Amino acid sequence: MDYEIVIGLEVHIQLSTRTKVFCGCSTDFGKEPNTQVCPVCLGLPGVLPVLNQTALDYSIIVGLALNCTISEFSRFDRKHYYYPDLPKNYQISQYEYPLCQNGFLDININDQPKRIRIRRVHLEEDAGKLLHQESISLIDYNRTGMPLLEIVTEPDISSPDEAYEYLLLLKSIIKYLGVSDCDMEKGSLRCDANISVRRFGEKELGTKTELKNMNSFKAVKDALSYEANRQIDLLRQGLSVVQETRLWNPEQEITVAMRSKEEAKDYRYFPEPDLPPLYFKQEYIQKLKNRIPELPDKKYRRFLTEYNLRPMDAQVLVAERDDAEYAEQCLQRFKGKDRRIVINWLIGPLSSEANERKLRICQLNVSVEGFLNLLELIEQGRLSQLAAKQVLKEMINTGKGAQEIIKSRDLEQISDTTYLESVVAEVVASNPKTCQDYQQGKENALMFLVGQVMKKTKGKANPQLVQELLRNKLTN
Amino acid sequence: MIEPCTLTAHELMRRLINKELSFAELLTSLKNRIRLFDNKINAYVRKNDVCSAASAAEISPSGLSIPVSLKDNICTKGNNTECCSKILAGFKPPYDATVVAKLKAHGLPIFEYKLNMDEFAFGSSTENSCFGPTRNPWDLERVAGGSSGGAAAAVASGEAIWALGSDTGGSIRQPASFCGVVGLKPTYGRVSRYGLIAFASSLDQIGPITKDVRDCAFLLKLISGYDPLDSTTKDIPVPDYTQSLDPWVKDIKIGIPKEYFVKGLDPEVKDIVEEAIEFLKKLGAKVKEVSLPHTEYAVAVYYIIATAEASSNLARFDGVQYGLRSLPKEGHSHEPRTVAMYKKTRGDGFGEEAKRRILLGTFALSHGYYDAYYLRALKVRTLIKKDFDRVFEEFDCIVTPTSPTVAFYIGERAQDPLSMYLSDVYTISANLAGIPAISLPCGFTKKGLPVGLQIISRPFNEELLLRVAFSYEDNTPWHTMQPYLKPPQEDFLGELRG
Repeated sequence: MDYEIVIGLEVHIQLSTRTKVFCGCSTDFGKEPNTQVCPVCLGLPGVLPVLNQTALDYSIIVGLALNCTISEFSRFDRKHYYYPDLPKNYQISQYEYPLCQNGFLDININDQPKRIRIRRVHLEEDAGKLLHQESISLIDYNRTGMPLLEIVTEPDISSPDEAYEYLLLLKSIIKYLGVSDCDMEKGSLRCDANISVRRFGEKELGTKTELKNMNSFKAVKDALSYEANRQIDLLRQGLSVVQETRLWNPEQEITVAMRSKEEAKDYRYFPEPDLPPLYFKQEYIQKLKNRIPELPDKKYRRFLTEYNLRPMDAQVLVAERDDAEYAEQCLQRFKGKDRRIVINWLIGPLSSEANERKLRICQLNVSVEGFLNLLELIEQGRLSQLAAKQVLKEMINTGKGAQEIIKSRDLEQISDTTYLESVVAEVVASNPKTCQDYQQGKENALMFLVGQVMKKTKGKANPQLVQELLRNKLTN
Repeated sequence: MIEPCTLTAHELMRRLINKELSFAELLTSLKNRIRLFDNKINAYVRKNDVCSAASAAEISPSGLSIPVSLKDNICTKGNNTECCSKILAGFKPPYDATVVAKLKAHGLPIFEYKLNMDEFAFGSSTENSCFGPTRNPWDLERVAGGSSGGAAAAVASGEAIWALGSDTGGSIRQPASFCGVVGLKPTYGRVSRYGLIAFASSLDQIGPITKDVRDCAFLLKLISGYDPLDSTTKDIPVPDYTQSLDPWVKDIKIGIPKEYFVKGLDPEVKDIVEEAIEFLKKLGAKVKEVSLPHTEYAVAVYYIIATAEASSNLARFDGVQYGLRSLPKEGHSHEPRTVAMYKKTRGDGFGEEAKRRILLGTFALSHGYYDAYYLRALKVRTLIKKDFDRVFEEFDCIVTPTSPTVAFYIGERAQDPLSMYLSDVYTISANLAGIPAISLPCGFTKKGLPVGLQIISRPFNEELLLRVAFSYEDNTPWHTMQPYLKPPQEDFLGELRG
């Protein structure tokens, strides 16, 4: 392709503080319309905003995690525009002096690191929601005044795939920090994109369009792919791109023009006089720095070296912070012979059980001890893999321990050599033809005999042991 | 017989405590006064409005039960608070302003009617009220000043014992001066603005308007202090201001800014103010001329900053949640219905001066003009502040006239906004610098109109202001003068018959 794509992303994250950013209203999601409101977030005449300290702390923690410089001086500004869901007809936001600037994130593209620079991170208040009915529109102000963090990249993203990777990493970091649930369905993570194209080697940026209404990371990727192709097509035909805002239509999978920038508003920013400017001391920043946990990329690298994980496995295990912590505890406290069983069971059966229930593994109510106990039973040959999966399911459903379940359901694997030898003898005696086949070199015949033993023991025999016994018996 | 309502609050407290007077008698006296005279003076608004609950009746009377009257921009829970603007018609705040909560906590009743003002405090004459102008009790043909004209006129005429006004560029001090009463604008951050419907957030302060300095000190003490609901208040302890009422100004260093005694200052006002300064000298104060070199820019800077902030603060009046909603006739518009509603509501709801200031402020903040106007104004504001800092390195306070003229005639300046804006020329700087200033009566012109003396001091030094003011007041008769009000014949007969 002779065109290069230039993308910048603007992500809004709703911070999971207990109360709103400038008043004491609850931030609970999904409550009856206009029940989480007060004179302040309703913007009634005479009220004044008071900054939520936790929202400020969270914002700076995010800035630090995104490698930003934290401004020594910051302030809030008023951004003016008329819209019915904005009760004061201005939004308290930040313009000239954002909290954090000049950060970066390193994403992995084809196993190569690529740096995406972060231009700024700033704190602002969210607007309400309009509910359009046939002839009237209703306003729900519950969301008004929710703390919103805006994270803006430089135009460093060169493909829809890179945009996707950036969003995954960003979300993972924010969730690690515990400052937002980043749930796109609830609107606690929103993403807009700026995209333009230009011929390779050209210095000037092309005319950009702004994309909105993407409700999932996949939608962002799809919208960007569509839009890149649309712009390249236009240029190939000798036409030009119009600077405008376009909405992603997920049903038709196209972008549609919303409003052109010629009508762009003058927001008339000016410093918010009701909130004193902010000056940050180094001790304060340091205190917040100390609250940052090990972040996913670092944890990933550590897991690779410390536990000898395969990159794929490590990536899966570090995706969620509490799952990663659960996994690490399992790995550390495992007293058995081979750690691989821990990794395989974390990524395998435990993860599938979690996925089935739309939960994360740490939410399955299986304690680290209980889980390791199960794995040790497998390793000791007291439980077959198949039976173990059944036991795991029951552990999750009932909260009971593995031992208890095995006992009550009589699932313990039979590794009693004397008993098994007698069963093997029976099977050998009643299948002379198959035994002959095996002895003549048909290796598969052995499996049939193993199956017969398993049948006779109702699946409880230790298959490895049975194989060994059969082999011994038939070769002697 | 002296009507109780014409007495000072501290005298009334004494009588209430000594049981020489009952709370009911006080309230009756006040209401009779209003019934007799307020048709003319028009200090109160919505007097027939049964909706405004009589909160005075809710309290259990005590020695402190002196009703406080409030300007129409201070929110009281469940009571109409409309800033004398059509656009806020019927607005009943669901909450009390912090100053109101503080007064109630001290057992002070809030008087049921609100006081007239220029719409959103935009003005210096109370002529910009949607309820018509307030008349000056000293001469009913003249304005009471503004924007807290209702408050000053009510206190001067005995229609209020005392009152709270708001001061953005002189809105407490100038009407106090015009009506011959005491008015104080506290340091920015001394009194909570929570519940004051904002005009210009970086300049607004609530303050007392009273019959004398003692009442002023008392009321200031009750309303001052840090408020967690207002981030611009300062956590500085509130002294007992009544303790600073010591008539002692010996060796107090007073600066007289030469820039305030120039062309535009009425010669009669000049003479009276200079006489007052001479008197302070006689009491032992050290008086010296000083310079505030950036004074001439104050009015320009003020009208950029104040209108810019006002244009933003008033954006919320859009007909969506409360107040007036005007809907245009359907059919003949290409724009969305909400936009049409905004335009019609704001067009119908705001008066001329409000529209003028919103336009001025919107322009000053517009893209491409911000640096030339707003940003530059902020820089000059800093210079003005530094002028004061420099003077206060050497001097304890500054004394000036409160206004270049006495009360002017109703209608005299209404068509000339610039001349109206210039009547704030001596009061504006204290707001820009965020420093405290008081106006108190210091004499009368030949026509019998009061003249005000302004004392300005450094931040959070209200004590000194009150001390100097009290020293002057304690040795002069001006604060005891009250306007003669002729009872209207008809009402009088009606009274007799009733």
